[in-house]
Amino acid sequence: MSLHGRDVISIRDLSREEIEEILASSRKMVPYAEGKKVTHPLDDQIVAMAFFEPSTRTRLSFESAVQRLGGSCITIADAAASSMRKGESLYDTIRMLSGYAEAIVIRHPNEGSARLAARASDRPVINAGDGAGQHPTQTLLDLATMQEAFDTLSGLRVVLLGDLKYGRTVHSLAHALALFGSEIVLSAPPTLGLPDEVLERLEHMGAKITAEPDLHKAVRDADVLYVTRIQKERFPDESDYRKVAGSYRIDASVLRDAKPRLIVMHPLPRAGEIAPEVDDTPHAAYFRQAFLAVPVRMALLNAVLGGAKKGG
Amino acid sequence: MVRELKITPIKNGTVIDHITSGLALDVLRIINIQSLDKDSTVSVAIRVRSGKLGWKDIVKVENMELSPRKVNAIALITPRATISIIRDFKVQEKRTVDLPDRIIGVLRCPNPNCITNQPEPVESEFEVTERHPVILQCAYCDRRVDSFLSQLA
Repeated sequence: MSLHGRDVISIRDLSREEIEEILASSRKMVPYAEGKKVTHPLDDQIVAMAFFEPSTRTRLSFESAVQRLGGSCITIADAAASSMRKGESLYDTIRMLSGYAEAIVIRHPNEGSARLAARASDRPVINAGDGAGQHPTQTLLDLATMQEAFDTLSGLRVVLLGDLKYGRTVHSLAHALALFGSEIVLSAPPTLGLPDEVLERLEHMGAKITAEPDLHKAVRDADVLYVTRIQKERFPDESDYRKVAGSYRIDASVLRDAKPRLIVMHPLPRAGEIAPEVDDTPHAAYFRQAFLAVPVRMALLNAVLGGAKKGG
Repeated sequence: MVRELKITPIKNGTVIDHITSGLALDVLRIINIQSLDKDSTVSVAIRVRSGKLGWKDIVKVENMELSPRKVNAIALITPRATISIIRDFKVQEKRTVDLPDRIIGVLRCPNPNCITNQPEPVESEFEVTERHPVILQCAYCDRRVDSFLSQLA
């Protein structure tokens, strides 16, 4: 099934074959993302960046992706600077934007906002993070990073470490890992485990999941250590945040017994979860991961905007 | 011995029968009796012997027919209820409540951060993902819901 003109709201909107297609295309996009080759499939096309929540990497990598494909962007970078401050609804804002651009990329603090945007827009909508909900393009670039390192997404042992409750990236990633048949090891502080409904859904898919709260033991047999930041902004109560803040940190001593090919990933920004000394080891994959955001988003935008339009 | 009728028949209106025992007052809440005509009699029987259920509740409301939304809300909390439309003391239509595949505008999403709980021109919408017991999933934020009374909009 073609991705032309489709909304991409959740990783669950994509089949395994469609994910593989995007990853294959993203590998071809790398020299274009690096500026070594030039391509213009989005000539004369405009993509609206509707960012109602702070973002550095996601917004800039999407903007870079659009421009590397020869398209151009119009951007809301801050809800406070938009008419939503005057009380305009998200629905109206998106409805209006869909008249200004061929596609809309949205980040918003409320869960479900991207689905609302998709209903408001007759142009394709790509979710760049809706509250603690979905962030499908992050999952795609996470998968691209693993595939580049191991040449496969099956049979890997992937430790998901940290805030598995509020961290939206791990929910989508766990789904994709289950889809590709990799093993998931959960390592989280007691109050920050995977929500029951996410766990049930994964078990329903037949996912191989174990829990290993001891970080040293979890790292020993791992191929991928996926570290997350504890999401202070999503805690309803700051005292709960303080109880778990700083409860894990990856440094040379944690990695001493790791497999030589282990890669350490992090969606960034980090807040002390990974010591700077890890940056110069062969394990550090998080900056490569951040770069791969551009070719992966290029591949997705090219697939969605390659000609046909939603509703057309 | 003369049998005394616990609830008298109604001329025109709706009888909601086979309500799970103890939920009649919640059904009244869904019906919103304040919105009815002042001369509409509402009769409630709680803990009535029933062959099918052991015990059941019954609600009879004069001069009212339920909207599809209210029927959906009743189906969520008491899925074995039956609804009879009465005209001139006769049962014109009798049916069981039937849960549709999607429930629109009946429940609030329990996720306070869901976009449907914000001032947006949008109705709540849930997909029925399981029927025995009923489990719903928010069509916007994916939150699962398996208890409905406190979420009735």
